[in-house]
Parts: sequence; C-alpha cells; structure tokens
Amino acid sequence: MKGKTLYDKLWEAHLVTQRPDGTALIYIDRHLIHEVTSPQAFEGLQLSGRTPWRIGANLAMPDHNVPTLFQERRSGIDGICDPVSRLQVLTLQNNCKNFNILEFDMDDQRQGIVHVVGPEQGATLPGMTVVCGDSHTSTHGALGTLAQGIGTSEVEHVLATQCLLQKKMKNMLIKVEGELDESVTAKDIILYIIGTIGTAGGTGYTIEFAGSTIRSLSTEGRMTICNMSIEAGARAGLIGVDETTLSYVQGRPFAPTGEMWDQAVAYWKTLVSDDDAVFDRVVEINASDIAPQVSWGTSPEMVLPVTATIPSPEQAVSETEAEGIQQALRYMGLQAGQKITDIQLDRIFIGSCTNSRIEDLRAAARIVVGQKIAPTLKQALVVPGSGLVKQQAEQEGLDNVFKEAGFEWREPGCSMCLAMNDDKLGNGEHCASTSNRNFEGRQGFGGRTHLVSPQMAAAAAIAGHFVDIRYWKGMA
Amino acid sequence: MEPFHVHTGIVAPMDRANVDTDLIIPKQFLKSIKRTGFGPNLFDALRYLDEGQPGMDNSARPRNPDLMLNQDRYQNATILLTRGNFGCGSSREHAPWALLDYGFKVLLAPSFADIFYNNCFKNGILPILQENSVIEQLFTAMYAEPGFTLTVDLEKQVIIMRDGQTREFDVDPFRKECLLNGLDDIGITLRDQDKILAYEEQRRHITPWIFSEV
Repeated sequence: MKGKTLYDKLWEAHLVTQRPDGTALIYIDRHLIHEVTSPQAFEGLQLSGRTPWRIGANLAMPDHNVPTLFQERRSGIDGICDPVSRLQVLTLQNNCKNFNILEFDMDDQRQGIVHVVGPEQGATLPGMTVVCGDSHTSTHGALGTLAQGIGTSEVEHVLATQCLLQKKMKNMLIKVEGELDESVTAKDIILYIIGTIGTAGGTGYTIEFAGSTIRSLSTEGRMTICNMSIEAGARAGLIGVDETTLSYVQGRPFAPTGEMWDQAVAYWKTLVSDDDAVFDRVVEINASDIAPQVSWGTSPEMVLPVTATIPSPEQAVSETEAEGIQQALRYMGLQAGQKITDIQLDRIFIGSCTNSRIEDLRAAARIVVGQKIAPTLKQALVVPGSGLVKQQAEQEGLDNVFKEAGFEWREPGCSMCLAMNDDKLGNGEHCASTSNRNFEGRQGFGGRTHLVSPQMAAAAAIAGHFVDIRYWKGMA
Repeated sequence: MEPFHVHTGIVAPMDRANVDTDLIIPKQFLKSIKRTGFGPNLFDALRYLDEGQPGMDNSARPRNPDLMLNQDRYQNATILLTRGNFGCGSSREHAPWALLDYGFKVLLAPSFADIFYNNCFKNGILPILQENSVIEQLFTAMYAEPGFTLTVDLEKQVIIMRDGQTREFDVDPFRKECLLNGLDDIGITLRDQDKILAYEEQRRHITPWIFSEV
C-alpha cells in the first residue's frame, strides 16, 4: 500500500460519509466568523429555524471593515463613522449574542484579523479542519491543519451541520531546498512560487510546502507562505507538524494542557506526509534562486525580483497573456523596460493577514530604526494583526520606532489590504504593501499595489522607492 | 434556489483572463447584509467611469462606452463568455450574487477558480468549462453576430448553437441533481445527521481536545 500525504491523512480523519460519485461530507472542527461573509448565513439559519450544530466550534470577530484610527475605535461600535460598516459590525455582534457564539468584539484586546487571532489563541490546532468565509483561511495550514476559505452558503452549511460538502482535491508538493539570503523572507518565497506556477497553478490541488527551507522557517513565516496558497489557486496549503509547530502551540489559551496535551502531541506527530507518499504534481524550488520580490502588475503572478525591469507584451507566450500585460501596464501607469527600483511610491502599508504578526513588525522595525520616511510619501501605515500583537510590539518599543520615523501606528484590522474602511489608496497612487492581492482597485479605486515583504516595504518607506535590501545600507 | 433545466439567452463577453472577484464586485458593496441588489454594481469599476459607492443612483453615473458589456447588442444577456481563471481571489459569495442579480444564469470559460466555481452552484448559476479552442470559437461567433444566443440543456449536458450544432459539457452528478431540482445543500446533508453524530462520538475518544469549548 502506498504511503499517504498529510492532506490524505487529514481528509480521512474528517470523512463523515462519502457518496458513490466522490462527494463527501467533511467534519469541521473550527469555524471562524467575521462580519462581511456571515450576515446572510445567519439570516438563512434564522429563516429556516435552524440552530448551530456545535456552538463551541465557532469563534467570531469583526476585522474587515473596522476602523483602525484610535479616535474612531474609542467609543466602540457606536463610534464607527460609516453607517453601513457600523450596521455590519453590529449585525455580527447581535448574531453572536442570539446564537450564543463567542465573539472577540472590537473592544476586546484579543480582537484582530481572524487569521492572525486563530493561531495566536490556539483556536487553530494541528490536525484540525478549519474554515472561514474568507479565502485567506489557507493561512492556518501552517500548523498542519486542513484550512480553507468558503462562501457564505457554506458558512450557513457549516453552522447548521458542522460539515462541508466537497470532493477531494489532488495533492501537490512544493519543495523548497537550500539556504535563503538573510534578507529574503517567507513572503519572497511565496511570491516567487506564485510567479513560477501562476495564479491558477494550484487550482484543484491542496499544496503541501516542504523542504529544508520551509522547515527552517518559524511558524509565523510558514503562515505567510500558506496564506498566499490561494493566490496560487489552491484553496488549502499546508505544512507538516514538527517541533517548531509544537512549541508554537504550547501554552496558547485554547490549546490542550496536561495529559490531554501529551495525548494531542502523540497524535500531532503523525501529521506529516509518509516518505513514500505519492503526489500528483511536484514542484522543486531552489532557495538560492530567490531574490527579494516585487509585484509590478495586477495579478500576484506578475512578480519579479527587485533587480528586474518591467516586462513588455512582446515577451508574452500567448495573445491572452500579451493583452494581460498591456492591461496591467496601462492600469499601473508603468512602461516596459522601466526599472522596478525607479517606481516612485506614494504610500506604504505594513499589515494584513499575510504580514502583520510580531515577527513581521520586528523585521520592519529593524530596517526603520533611526531613519525617517521619505518626504515624498503621503502616508506610511503600520497596522498590527491583533490587539495582542499591538500590545507585544508596544512592550518592545516598536511603536515608537515606527512613529519616530514618520509611520502611523494603528489599531488592528484588515485595513488597507482591501480598503473596506477609510484606509485606502487614491486614484493612481503607488503603494508598497505587505498584503496579498494587487488586483485592480483592491486597495482603493485606481490604486496601484506592489506586493512585497515587510523588510522591503520598510526600506521602500525610507527611500521613497524600491531598493534591493540585500545591498541597501539605509539613507545617510 | 431556482431549479435549472434548459436555458436560452443572449451571450455577452468579458474578454479578459484572471477576472478576480474584486473586479466582479468591489469591496465597498460588501457591506450590505443582504443577498440581493448587487446587479447594478456588477463589474462596477469596468462599467462606470466614476468610483461607485453604495447608495448611489447608478442610472445617473457615466458609463464606460469602451466596455463591450455596455453595448446595446449585449443588453439583457444571460450567458457570460469569458477567459481563464475566472472568479479568482476572494471567496466572497457576493460575486455570484451580483452576476445572478444582473441576470447571468450561465458562465462559459476555459477554467474557473475553485471557491467561486463552487459558490455558483449554490446560487443556481451554471458555470460551464470548455476547451480553450471552443471558447475561442464561441468568441468569434458571438462577435460576428449581434444578438448571438446559445441554449444550454443541463439534463442532456449540451450547449446548442442556433444552427443546431452541439457541444457536450461535464458537470458533477451531485451538483447537477441539486441544480435540476433547486435543492438546498443543508437539507440534503441533514439526512445524514446520524452519521455526523456517530462521527462526533468516535472522535470524542480519539481527539477529545477538539471538543473543548472555545
């Protein structure tokens, strides 16, 4: 009998029943809920007279359209200026009260971006199936969980049945081997992978990330990798459990303790792919090929090393691709042949479920310390991923490092990653952003997003344009 | 959900690859707590020249004359013909809600993003996959003939051209049954509630920490 992949094991452990055509009911251990994709699901539940199957499996918090300005956060929900946002945040609170679901509301220090908070609280544990009405749920796969984004109909389905209806995906292995340059990060690895396999490269697959480079990353770095599996087309990305995973989980508020911890660890240690496991597709990446990455276009696969120049439609292999490049050049206001380091920036955003954890903020602060942001910038924002990340950063004095350099230090939330609140780009503005999507209009109408690592965003803030941080010594 | 059997309608183009769900329905419209009313803001940044906001009178906004979907010949279209990786990005179900609210019942593309593809079926939209070459032929035929229509027969799994030519398509048998009968997934799943309870009983012994309350 052939060996099993980690995905095979997680799938089998959660299989409730399977129909002859392969459609399965998969049991869901943890359901995370936020304000944007849940109201219609709760309404559906109410209209059909159904109740949540297992209340304790659910954890809710508002994140997508909460304000990040302290002044607007001070008086809770009533203080949210935009009445449409206020109603949505209030609706989540009312639904959680009505159905007795635990919510970290806006005033709770544990509130934050749902994908930062789940692992931080130990609400996400290895071996779990985790879902949320948000495509970046893939983040949680870093802990050896099967985690995927779902639509609102599925949110209602999970609330009502604790199950998800789906067919098994294929297995893809992405192996990254070798040593990274010290200023090349998890973000650069995943951007490089997306540039290599394309945004539809992982469609229909669950991707397992493995290899010595992935093993050497911290759990937070692994979350950055799994977070952007969806930008590679895969609903779920995951990484096998090792000592790094276990030491991350131990002591978290919702993690098991005592004898149950030992029992859990024994089980979690089995959550790796067998040596003889068979994958449907294998991609091998050499870590030493990866330079700091910058996205130049309007799809995450339009990404290049910082040393590169903007491509021309003539380099395309198909007419559709040539039109895509043409479209992106027009939208981004860039010329073929222009150097990436010559792109002038208007705003900087350090935050999002990709890069707003404490290690991200520390890494950015190390670049910024003792420097000032370029006078040509209109704004540089740091938005911590959760209230607890913010508190930790403040204890370490990182807030002062950023503020002294000219950054704004904000309250936790999704913020400028998707610009549902007031944090957004103006028409035509270029932004170095640590977020995950550079789609047209994503960060604001006409806004031009360049996806980068926290270190690259921090250095770009000081220089006013992109720099190759491998050789950059700061401004005199 | 409306049952889906046979549908005939005008075909309209969204002639670009990698159309993401932010493009299908921009985030400022996601603040609504309803499922309906998204149609006027479908492809908002492409259809209008100004920046759309919730509550605007969309009929008074400047329309983008360069967008083919805005041309008279494509008005009242119910079938959208598009390129690869349609619906990538965010899992927002507001994307199929907006397509449905605008009037689209069928989508034709060489590939769809997974979450979006799944979300379509749950809302009575039929996404149909066809080879790149077939999609290319359909684009050519559509551009050549104002008022170009197609008929889609879900039961028989065929696309029928006006000249009687047909093209077969694949659809998951379970999804097909749900669409044909307008069935609600939750009701179907709850028929298996004994199995779900039995599963939980068994897992309580193997992984008891999962069942600790948050």
